[in-house]
Amino acid sequence: MIPLAAEGVLLADAANKCAPGLPADFCQKHEVTGCVGGNGLFCFDWAADNFDRYVGPFFRHLEIVAISVVAGFVIAVALALLSHRHRALAPPILGGTGVLYTIPSVAFFFLLLPITGFGLATAVIPLSAYTLQIIYRNTLVGLANVPPDAKDAGRGMGMSERQLLWRVELPLATPEIIAGLRIATVSTVAIASLAFLAGAGGLGQPLIEQVSFNTNIILVGVLTMAMALVLDLLLVLAQRFVTPWRRVRAG
Amino acid sequence: MSGDATNGAAGHAQALSVAFRKATKVYPGADHPAVNELDVEVQTGEICVFVGPSGCGKTTAMRMVNRMVEITEGDILVGERSVRERSPSELRRDIGYVIQQTGLFPHRTIADNIATVPRLLRWDRARTEARVRTLMALVSLDADLAERYPAQLSGGQQQRVGVARALAADPGVMLMDEPFGAVDPINRERLQNEFLRLQAEVRKTILFVTHDIDEAIKMGDRVAILREGGILAQYATPAELLMAPADDFVEDFVGADRALKRLALLRVADIDLWEAPLAFVGQATAEVRAKLDGAEVPHALLVDSERRPLGWLSESDLQSEMVPTRPDISPDPVLDRDDVMRDALSDLLQAETMYAPVVDAQRRIDGILSVEIISEFLGSTEALAEEHPAAERPTAS
Repeated sequence: MIPLAAEGVLLADAANKCAPGLPADFCQKHEVTGCVGGNGLFCFDWAADNFDRYVGPFFRHLEIVAISVVAGFVIAVALALLSHRHRALAPPILGGTGVLYTIPSVAFFFLLLPITGFGLATAVIPLSAYTLQIIYRNTLVGLANVPPDAKDAGRGMGMSERQLLWRVELPLATPEIIAGLRIATVSTVAIASLAFLAGAGGLGQPLIEQVSFNTNIILVGVLTMAMALVLDLLLVLAQRFVTPWRRVRAG
Repeated sequence: MSGDATNGAAGHAQALSVAFRKATKVYPGADHPAVNELDVEVQTGEICVFVGPSGCGKTTAMRMVNRMVEITEGDILVGERSVRERSPSELRRDIGYVIQQTGLFPHRTIADNIATVPRLLRWDRARTEARVRTLMALVSLDADLAERYPAQLSGGQQQRVGVARALAADPGVMLMDEPFGAVDPINRERLQNEFLRLQAEVRKTILFVTHDIDEAIKMGDRVAILREGGILAQYATPAELLMAPADDFVEDFVGADRALKRLALLRVADIDLWEAPLAFVGQATAEVRAKLDGAEVPHALLVDSERRPLGWLSESDLQSEMVPTRPDISPDPVLDRDDVMRDALSDLLQAETMYAPVVDAQRRIDGILSVEIISEFLGSTEALAEEHPAAERPTAS
């Protein structure tokens, strides 16, 4: 990166001290320091001064992720419960969610634009569709891995199928369900960077506006990664909280 | 015993009888029934063991009782009521259920596991908690374990939790499918004995499934031997099975050592002992020799003033005028009336002796046991009649 920055300085000198790729009026609007003008690796002063420009897109990004994952989770778990009861439904649902997963996100957005228009819905629909496959499959695996003895005992003691599901099967499937939720969440945080294409904003918006300004790219990257890591950590903590029996050691 | 059984011990609900009435199960697509016109009556408070080779339908037969397997034809009555006219959930909450791998819920604490059926029955919290405490004490589980998870317990402890959970709502009937199958032999023996002690207290009607004939003989008040195709080969007390197997299949299944197995179910006191010609210290040997004429035991046993055995008198002992204080031959082995017959026979054979004195709790002579009595007993009809309820049997090891 250092040679690049050095090159940036040279180029900036040649082009009236304004880094390449910045909007024409950018260098007039902002006081061009050595770092920004030279498109340094990361300009702390600029980042500190302009951080508020990222707060809005950050929370918008979080909103897109939250809506997409929650919607995907609800639909996927509902589909999993349906195919848990009616086994024949599993292969077609698995196939259907698999097909959705293979649609390129950009194509998905542009396909929806004529129907749902610019905005949140056009971003959230594909993103939640992408979460279906992993959450659905993990929920099915989790339900299938419930020890048969526990189910037999539950039925033998007089639990109805509904009671068995809520008191035995779903709690025991929780680790796999949350594992699927974690993967879905982290990947949604990444793909949501393209939500600006659907007109939904998010951290992709400031990224694309100054796509060759290093500080901007790194700031967006760090914020996106931080969001993914924090959400993942929250899910790990949630799992520990709801599955206390997994922490105990055999005695 | 039936009097005790129907009343149940204080604090336990009355046990219910179970009657199989030509109960038949044919699985869809199967050529032959898994259980074929099974007729078995289980008296209240008794342990009925279903035993047989794999594929004999014993587990299927048991699971028909709580409708985990639907009956194809015939009926099963629990407490005189047909199970077919009851809703499966309601029926199952009235019947305790213990399975081989315990089937404990790994995500629930021990207390929560035991509270499963009370919660399904919507007992209030205080009643449920009190019941859990009572049951943990009943199956000898430390109260500290209440908040642990099953994975933190040993196999034997998990098995006790399984039994406590099945007893939670005080059911009239318990179904136990190879409950000790997953436990190592030493712990199995202990759990079996513990369970028999528990049964002596709670007196439930129990259907117990095992593939192990020794376990069946030990645990059963009555044993139903099933053969392949779910056909009842014999339904009888363990003594009858061992002494009078109905056919070659049963004879084969109970094993060549059935006579020894029979002895494991008896105590020395169950047999009519022989009377020993007794000799007392200082007595004239002429008197003793007179007693020996025509006696069942051809040797005189020297006893002290409390009639406690001191030893056998030898020929040379009898040559002197008076009975000596120290006889030539030791009285060992001295058997106790409560000794298990199989162990007593083993003691006789090991000591290479024909006769052994049997003493009561005060160590006073009660009679003489001989190898001959045992062999005569095994050939007699008396051996069929002598029977203890499983819960009161000697627990030989």
